[in-house]
Amino acid sequence: MTAPIETTAASAEAQPEAVLAGAGRSQIEGRSLGQIAWTRFKRDKAAMAGGVVVVCLVLMAALSKPIQAIFDLDPNKLNQDLVDPALQAPKGAWGGMSWDHPLGVDPGFGRDLLARVIEGSWVSLLVAVGATLVSVLIGVILGVMAGYYGGWVDSVVSRLMDTFLAFPLLLFAISLSASVQDGFWGLTGLPLRIAVLIFVIGFFAWPYIGRIVRAQTMSLREREFVEASRSLGARGPFIIFRELMPNLVAPILVYATLLIPTNILFEAALSFLGVGIAPPQASWGGMLTDAADRYESDLQYMFVPGLAIFITVLAFNLLGDGLRDALDPRSK
Amino acid sequence: MALLSVDELTVTFGGRGRASKAVDGVSFDVDQGQVVGLVGESGCGKSVTSLALMGLLPSKGVELGGRADFDGTNLLTMSQRELRDMRGSQLAMIFQDPLSSLNPVVPIGVQVTEILQRHRGLKGEAARKEAAHLLDRVGIPDPTRRLKEYPHQLSGGMRQRALIAMAVACAPRLLIADEPTTALDVTIQAQILELLKELVDEEGTALLMITHDLGVVAGLCDQVNVLYAGKVVESADRHELFAHPMHPYAHGLLESIPRLDAPRGEPLKPIRGSINDRIAWADGCAFAPRCDYYTMECLTGTPALTEPAAAGHQVRCVNPVREPVEIATLDTPDVTATAHGGTSA
Repeated sequence: MTAPIETTAASAEAQPEAVLAGAGRSQIEGRSLGQIAWTRFKRDKAAMAGGVVVVCLVLMAALSKPIQAIFDLDPNKLNQDLVDPALQAPKGAWGGMSWDHPLGVDPGFGRDLLARVIEGSWVSLLVAVGATLVSVLIGVILGVMAGYYGGWVDSVVSRLMDTFLAFPLLLFAISLSASVQDGFWGLTGLPLRIAVLIFVIGFFAWPYIGRIVRAQTMSLREREFVEASRSLGARGPFIIFRELMPNLVAPILVYATLLIPTNILFEAALSFLGVGIAPPQASWGGMLTDAADRYESDLQYMFVPGLAIFITVLAFNLLGDGLRDALDPRSK
Repeated sequence: MALLSVDELTVTFGGRGRASKAVDGVSFDVDQGQVVGLVGESGCGKSVTSLALMGLLPSKGVELGGRADFDGTNLLTMSQRELRDMRGSQLAMIFQDPLSSLNPVVPIGVQVTEILQRHRGLKGEAARKEAAHLLDRVGIPDPTRRLKEYPHQLSGGMRQRALIAMAVACAPRLLIADEPTTALDVTIQAQILELLKELVDEEGTALLMITHDLGVVAGLCDQVNVLYAGKVVESADRHELFAHPMHPYAHGLLESIPRLDAPRGEPLKPIRGSINDRIAWADGCAFAPRCDYYTMECLTGTPALTEPAAAGHQVRCVNPVREPVEIATLDTPDVTATAHGGTSA
């Protein structure tokens, strides 16, 4: 089969666009959707601030071990000499702040709080990001299937989502985390706790994103460009991956960014309740539990992990809101 | 034998009791290199006919009848799998609104190369070259730059050109254009029609033109079928139809085109009433309630297609109109006239 190709001089002459385009070609350069979104995002000061903080946090979490080595910080080194045994509180003002311990030390063992916050960051972020990935993965796959195929597939997936949403998540998480024994999945200790937390948090949050994706898919499926692509011979998987998916990236990305802070809080809550990360491993939720027991003698201890969680959650939320505004093609 | 031969095509929507016939025994032929028009107002079954031919109607709640032979095989009984391979390579369609027919978040180039990859197995650099060639072919200037752009960065006319490029990418033998110029302004309309004409002349593609715009028909179509309430009411050669419209509906359509040379203050002549799907052809002529010429005879059974005057000029009417219509574009029905007569009929 030959291609319908042959440019005639007449066809170029017939279009004034052709003449006009030649003039201002160098000035007008096409911008991709990503570039447009980035321009919009740069203008949003709050989102930029959130983004910068998120980048710093991720770097801190990823490089927590080297940072500790370079600055000679040890989250588990006991400094009993810095703690007043009678009061069960750090010696000195402001929770024992000093040049050696910029954020003070913890009241029980005199461990350096800066080191513990840095050590806790990778646990918090790993659990939150991991759990978010799990729920986005399950939610997107099931949501797209339900939305695209409809019929009984949709009924099954939708009822499944209802079931999961009706689950008493916190109780389930507590009992599951408490009952998992060492050696499960061939993991022990810290890796096991992290895996269990990722699974519990991620596996029960997928219906939220699943619903969003399902609704988006249902409305996209009826759009004319899908019919147009079908009229040119597209198959089902092609339509899902090449026509629908590019349109779903923005809502998925925004929702995932907003899900991360929720999951950070949930991890902290579980650790606070004593079923998350086990001591002596530092974690932000675990530090809060500790601090809650000693608020009468050392109130300042509570602020360190509290602020860490607060700043992280706020930064992710600002970033997510900014992404939503930047990626929405309707906004100017 | 014609490339596409549609014989007594019926499309029925809805289940028992509430079924409504959107297309009711439509027959027409399209030859290679021929442009056939399906004309009628909204709701007369034009678009449903085209979707039925492409196999794009939903499988549930729709009943198809009759035959639509494309190169000897009946499109209506083909499996979805066979049809899918035909679409894009043998049959292709151009839609009404070019903006909503292009994926908003995928660059034009990717959308064009995907078709080349699907049907012609072209990949990478070869596909990109071919895509640029195609855009050039449909008159998009600076095609290599345009390939990287997104639909919202193109003008309406450019988008429609891009869609046409996608439709003709694999040199289909039949092109169905469903009101391809409705969303465009009149100067762009004329350019797009010119482009379609060129494609038909140079490639020998058969074109089924679905439109409500008699200006488009005058400029492009060789053979015209006027549809009313799911049935062909008049079928004739373009010149014959414009010179001697015999069905009162076709007559009314031509008369309702506003004329530049009409005396000041003369009222426009619309066809009164609107199409009504509760009026069935079985009880008589479905156009009778809106017709100026109807008699009691019109209400006794479906009128048959006859050739009361010239050979090949079929009319479904018991009282065909004999007087010609005076229209401004009568003498020179060509593309330049469409730009002026191109307001909705």
